[in-house]
Amino acid sequence: MADLRSNFVGIKSPNPFWLASAPPTDKEYNVRRAFDAGWGGVVWKTLGLDPHIVNVNGPRYGVIYGADRRVLGINNIELITDRPLQTNLDEIKLVKRDYPDRAMIVSLMVPCEEVCWTDILKQVEDTGADGVELNFGCPHGMSERGMGAAVGQVPDYIEMVSRWCKAATRMPVIVKLTPNITDIRYPARAALKGGADAVSLINTVSSITSVNLDEMAPEPTIDGKGSHGGYCGPAVKPIALNMVAEIARDAETRGLPISGIGGITTWRDAAEFIALGAGNVQVCTAAMTYGFKIVSEMVSGLSDWMDEKGYGTIDDFKGRAVPNVTDWQYLNLNFVTKARIDQDACIKCGRCYAACEDTSHQAISMSADRTFEVIDAECVACNLCVNVCPVENCITMERLPAGAVDERTGRVVQDDHGDWTSHPNNPGAVAAE
Amino acid sequence: MSEGTRKDGIVSGRLGPDQYVSNFGDAYPPLNPHEALVAADRCYFCHDAPCITACPTEIDIPLFIRQIQADNPKGAAKTILAQNIFGGMCARVCPTETLCEQACVREAAEGQPVKIGHLQRFATDTLMETGTHPFTRAAPTGKIVAVIGAGPAGLSCAHRLAMHGHNVVVVDGREKAGGLNEYGIASYKTVDNFAQAEVDWLLKIGGIRIETGSVMGRDYTLEEIRTDYDAVFLGFGLSGVNSLTLEGGDGDEVGDAVDFIATLRQTTDLAALPIGRRVVVIGGGMTAVDAAVQSKLLGAEEVTIAYRRDKSGMSASEVEQEHATSAGVRIVYNAQPVAKTPDGITFEYTETGPDGLRGTGETFTLAADQIFRAIGQSLTMPDGAALDIERGKIRTDTEGRTSLPGVWAGGDCALGGEDLTVTAVAEGRDAAESIHKALSA
Repeated sequence: MADLRSNFVGIKSPNPFWLASAPPTDKEYNVRRAFDAGWGGVVWKTLGLDPHIVNVNGPRYGVIYGADRRVLGINNIELITDRPLQTNLDEIKLVKRDYPDRAMIVSLMVPCEEVCWTDILKQVEDTGADGVELNFGCPHGMSERGMGAAVGQVPDYIEMVSRWCKAATRMPVIVKLTPNITDIRYPARAALKGGADAVSLINTVSSITSVNLDEMAPEPTIDGKGSHGGYCGPAVKPIALNMVAEIARDAETRGLPISGIGGITTWRDAAEFIALGAGNVQVCTAAMTYGFKIVSEMVSGLSDWMDEKGYGTIDDFKGRAVPNVTDWQYLNLNFVTKARIDQDACIKCGRCYAACEDTSHQAISMSADRTFEVIDAECVACNLCVNVCPVENCITMERLPAGAVDERTGRVVQDDHGDWTSHPNNPGAVAAE
Repeated sequence: MSEGTRKDGIVSGRLGPDQYVSNFGDAYPPLNPHEALVAADRCYFCHDAPCITACPTEIDIPLFIRQIQADNPKGAAKTILAQNIFGGMCARVCPTETLCEQACVREAAEGQPVKIGHLQRFATDTLMETGTHPFTRAAPTGKIVAVIGAGPAGLSCAHRLAMHGHNVVVVDGREKAGGLNEYGIASYKTVDNFAQAEVDWLLKIGGIRIETGSVMGRDYTLEEIRTDYDAVFLGFGLSGVNSLTLEGGDGDEVGDAVDFIATLRQTTDLAALPIGRRVVVIGGGMTAVDAAVQSKLLGAEEVTIAYRRDKSGMSASEVEQEHATSAGVRIVYNAQPVAKTPDGITFEYTETGPDGLRGTGETFTLAADQIFRAIGQSLTMPDGAALDIERGKIRTDTEGRTSLPGVWAGGDCALGGEDLTVTAVAEGRDAAESIHKALSA
């Protein structure tokens, strides 16, 4: 039986699944339900200074659906907590007292003045919370007031505020990063320089989910107008995975603890984040879509998979995939594959043919009786046919063995590694020793 | 008080009023918008899709399903109706399980084809509910074409001719236009008077005049029509009913299934329609199934379809057969009628030998107070119409031209294709294109 216990920068939780700072962690009632359902920890919805902010009174969310109204992504324009600071602090204290084994992290967002941060940190410490998360991520609303993503987009500010906070509290400080930036490594490096214990990412992506073509207004629409929101859910997971990996493999930030966030919906998503270097994960959209019970699937799925793979603890596979994330220039150009179609599995839909013929390399032939075959002399191994085939494993990529001739290039497949750095077409190539 | 199902003889009012309503409601209720989206999402948008090839009218099925998926059901309807102006009726009556849905790659993959027929109905219903007609006429050509028969073939031909700017006069022997859509299809497939609503909608194209109650050979001749019009299309179907003479005679209790279905379709009071306690339908086509199921729905206690060949020989599809059996109809295969008895009908079992079907000598008798013949229809050529006939149908070429210059034919009366609504629509449409080409030359 795998041990799912998590110790993230000294914060212990019975499993690595935390609820992200968001509507599900807005108040005592919700958080108690979450802990009862089995969540390992919560990041309490972001606290700010009094007088507390207000939210819109129209819709806060927009959505992107897949088939059968499956939620693929949600966009929100909700701000930080809209309740008095003391109310939140009191509730945090009560919940932490009753659930001492769960991780209680408090998200914070106050103006970029040192006294604001030091004051609120003292108050949070009094609750017995395990740590704080600095919200430098929210791209909507608060950023107009110089907070949230407005801070996260300026590495100097990240470093400065992180330093203030580290100096002001004994609690671990996690810095939550915005993805609305060109290169995620810069804010991560700034957090590290400022002394942050960890980064968490990604916060939401600036977005307009859709346009109401009758009202000619973005959704969600408030009295005919809309404002960009923050996009989250399964749709943003690929963006988040890359950003986590970039930080995990960056020479400067390597080893900086990461709390992975972004579209985590199943145990597998969580395992992928952890394999790319995350120490734990945070979830929001999946809970908002399906309710807190979804953690049961995540816990059991991760545990079963770890048992199957022989991983005893989270640390046993944490970061295992990081060494395999590399720059394009180091990819082996001598790895030659060709698409192979399993004729018995083929249902003759012709999607591979349409994709290849219209948009790729004309490497699939179609006969009068709808038999689809790969033309090796044209196949560049792009994988698009595999991607669009509706039958799993019907089309696979087969590696040509060393010594075989690639019919497309006429070249004999080499046994050794050969990448762009040494390729003759690369003006900057370094000759092999 | 209803008479109940166990009263002997052919009696009316077997059921309570509510039961008639529920029995004759939509057999396959339409998809709601969400169901349609879910069903549409299963379409793989195949390249050169097999379902298109399998459709006699070659509707671009992947395109119309994608239009439904993209929240444009009216656009989907236009895609359908541009190929098949009876897309609404075909969505209800096509044996999709032997056409598009049989060819669907998801049928091959998992035995669950995309619900093409249901989706087609969703699209066409959505458009037709708006009452708008999506097609307009070309500039008037001054030509006038006679279409004989206001069924699917004739009206499909008329609509396409009208679109091309020709004027059309459609002549039909019955009281109402629609042909088999109006008179020959089970009512649970086309509820709420859909057949007439569809004809009314179709005629909104303009330029089409319908004359009913006029029969070729009785009220006018083909030669007169040929003289008076620029072209003639024959789509009068099969008016002859194959006969079956039973030893023991044909009393009032023996009738033709097509007449029973037509009467049922035209009746406004189902409770007034008499039906036997024990009904036997002889035949193996869709007419047999429609007659048998509706007998059951009218309150017959026992309904049996007796078919002389085996299950696979039945021209009613498996889905149709299952529909019958799930409605409580028993199907007896390999049974050929031998003789009428005072209170029933005797059959002999058959088997397929080297020389074809033969009786085994073993017989059985089914109690029956009503018997329907449903053993097929045949061409009755109007007097004076001298056209080449081949295999019992009017001989036509690939464009629908008959042996007489200026005369085209399509639908059940013409050679080629299965006797299906969708085939008739395709033949009428294609003949119209050929006529248009000839008149434009």
